[in-house]
Amino acid sequence: MGMTLTEKILSKKVGREVHPGEYIAMDVDLVYAHDGTAPLAIDVLKELGIDRVRNPSRIKFIIDHAAPAPHVEAAALHIQMREFASSNGIEIFDVGNGISHQVLPEKGLVKPGMVILGADSHTVTLGAFGSFATGVGSTDAAIAMAKGKTWLRIPESIAIKVDGRLRDCVMAKDVILEIIGYMKSDGANYIAMEFLGSTVEGMSIDSRMVLSNMSVEMGAKVGLVPADKKTLDWLKRRTSKPLKELRPDENADYQIVHEFKAEDIKPNLSLPSNVDRVKPVEDLEGAKVNEVFIGSCSGGRLEDFMQALRILRGNKVSQGVRCIAAPASREVYMKMLERGLAKDLAEAGCVIGPPTCGPCIGAHMGVLGPNEIALSTSTRNFVGRMGDPTSKVYLASPLTAAATAVRGQITDPGRFLL
Amino acid sequence: MIKGRAWKLGDDITTDHIIPGRLKYKVRTLEEMKKYVFHDVIPEFSERVRKGDVIIAGKNFGYGSSREHAARLLKLVGVGAVVAKSFARIFYRNSINVGLPAVEADIEAEDKDNVEIDLENGIVRNMTREIEVNFPPYPDLIMAIIREGGIESYYKRWGKFPWE
Ligand code: SF4
Repeated sequence: MGMTLTEKILSKKVGREVHPGEYIAMDVDLVYAHDGTAPLAIDVLKELGIDRVRNPSRIKFIIDHAAPAPHVEAAALHIQMREFASSNGIEIFDVGNGISHQVLPEKGLVKPGMVILGADSHTVTLGAFGSFATGVGSTDAAIAMAKGKTWLRIPESIAIKVDGRLRDCVMAKDVILEIIGYMKSDGANYIAMEFLGSTVEGMSIDSRMVLSNMSVEMGAKVGLVPADKKTLDWLKRRTSKPLKELRPDENADYQIVHEFKAEDIKPNLSLPSNVDRVKPVEDLEGAKVNEVFIGSCSGGRLEDFMQALRILRGNKVSQGVRCIAAPASREVYMKMLERGLAKDLAEAGCVIGPPTCGPCIGAHMGVLGPNEIALSTSTRNFVGRMGDPTSKVYLASPLTAAATAVRGQITDPGRFLL
Repeated sequence: MIKGRAWKLGDDITTDHIIPGRLKYKVRTLEEMKKYVFHDVIPEFSERVRKGDVIIAGKNFGYGSSREHAARLLKLVGVGAVVAKSFARIFYRNSINVGLPAVEADIEAEDKDNVEIDLENGIVRNMTREIEVNFPPYPDLIMAIIREGGIESYYKRWGKFPWE
C-alpha cells in the first residue's frame, strides 16, 4: 500500500517507514508560541531549571492575541516574552506583525515536509503548505524548545475529497463548514485529515489555509493539503530555500475517504454555540445582528477582503451594525492599502482594525455586550467567545459577512451576486 | 485511589467553558485565574469544588483552544480527575503533562455522587449508584508521568523526559 502525506512526512523525519498507532520521538523543525501561551511556556522552562533553549533559530514568538495590549496585565505578559526572546536570541514578531499562522508562512519560515509545533490549536493552518503542523499546550512547546524534539502517536489518515466547481457565492469557509457539519466536532479526533480533489487543487493558497485552519474544529491532529506548483510559487516569493512538491501516493491507505461535490455546497453558517451546528445561510435569513467581524486566521486574508468588497463596494454597512475588518497580517494590510481596499472598506462604513486576533477571542476591539449577536468570519462561536456569555456568534464566509453587514440581518450573498 | 464527588457535565465542554479566553487575558497568574474556572457555566465553581472531586462529562471534553491553563486550573482548584466519554486531543495531552488524570470511560453519574477511580487497575466506580466501569489503564509511558504528578515533576526527579 502507498503512503498518505502524513505517513510520508513522518517516515522521512524518523528515517524509516512508520505506521499509524506507533509512538515515536522526533526532531521538530519549528516551534512557536504567542502571548496567550508563550508566558506559560517560559514559566515551565524556568520550573524545569532549563535556562537555554536548544536551537533559537527554530523558535519564534508572536504577539498577536491581545495586541496591542488592551490592559496592563497583557502588557506585562508581552514584556516577559520580549525579555525571554532577547536573552535567548529568539526572533519575536511583535505587535502589528499579525497572527502567527499567517505571519510565519509569509516570512518564508514554512515549507512542505516540515514538522511544526505551535502552542495554539490553529497551528494546523500551516498544513495548507504540506507541513505536518499541529497544536500543543505550553508544556509540550517548552519541551520542544528545550530539546528540539517531541513525541507523538502516528495518526491514522482520512481523506476529504472535494471535486467540481464551487458556485460563485461560495467560499472555502462554506466548504469547510459543510465538512464540519458532516464530520461533527470530534469526527476527526486524533486523526490526520488530508484535503484532496479538483476543487482543492483549484483553490488559492488563501482558500486552502481556511480548510486546514478549521480542521481542528473536528479534532484533527493535522489538516494537510498536498504541496503543488501553486504552493511552491507562493513560497518562492518569500524564501530562497529549496522547495519540493509533496503529495500522497496514488494508492495511499486512507482509513476512510469522504467525498463532497462542490456544486452541492451552499453558503453555510455555523450556529451558536458549537462550530458543528451548520445550516445553509438561506435557512436563517432575516435574523438581526449587531456586529460583523471580517478577520482572524480564518477569514482575514487578502482574498477575504476582496470577496467582501464585491458586495460592500457601492453599498453601506447598515445603521445599527458595526462592521469590523482586521487584516490577518501586516503583509495583508499593506496590500489592502496598496490596492485601495482599505479605503473602499472605510467608505462602506467598516472600522479597520490592526492585524490582531482581537475580536475573535473577545480580548478587545469589538467585544460583544450582553445579548448581542455577531456574524464573524473567525474560527469559533463558543459561549462567551467574543464577549459577554449571553452574546451569540454565527460563523460564515466573508461574502455572507458582507451581505449581512449591508442588510443588518443574516443574508445569503447570492442575493447580491447571482 | 482518587475519591470525590461527581460534577456532571455534558458533551463538547470546551476550553472556553473551562477558562474563557477573554477573562484569561485580564489577569497574569494562574492563581488569579482560579476564580474564572467554568465562569460562564458553573457559578463559583472554584469555591464549591472540593479536593479530589471528579468531573464526569460526555464526549469531546476539552474541545477548542490549546490553552494549557484549562488543565492546570482544573488541577489547581482541586479536581482529582476528569472522566469523559472522549477527550479532545490537545486537552488530553495537556492534562497528562500537568498530572491531571484524564480517564476515557462512560459511567452514569449525577452531581454529588461519590466516585472512586483506580488508575492502576483501570476501574471507575460510582459508589452512590453501585456501578463499576473498566477502562484500559494508561500505557507505561503515560502512567509514569501521572505517578509523578506531571511531566515537570518527572523531569525534576529523573533528569530526563520519559521518551528520552
Ligand atoms: S485569530 Fe482567533 S483562532 Fe486565530 S489564532 Fe487568533 S484567537 Fe486563535
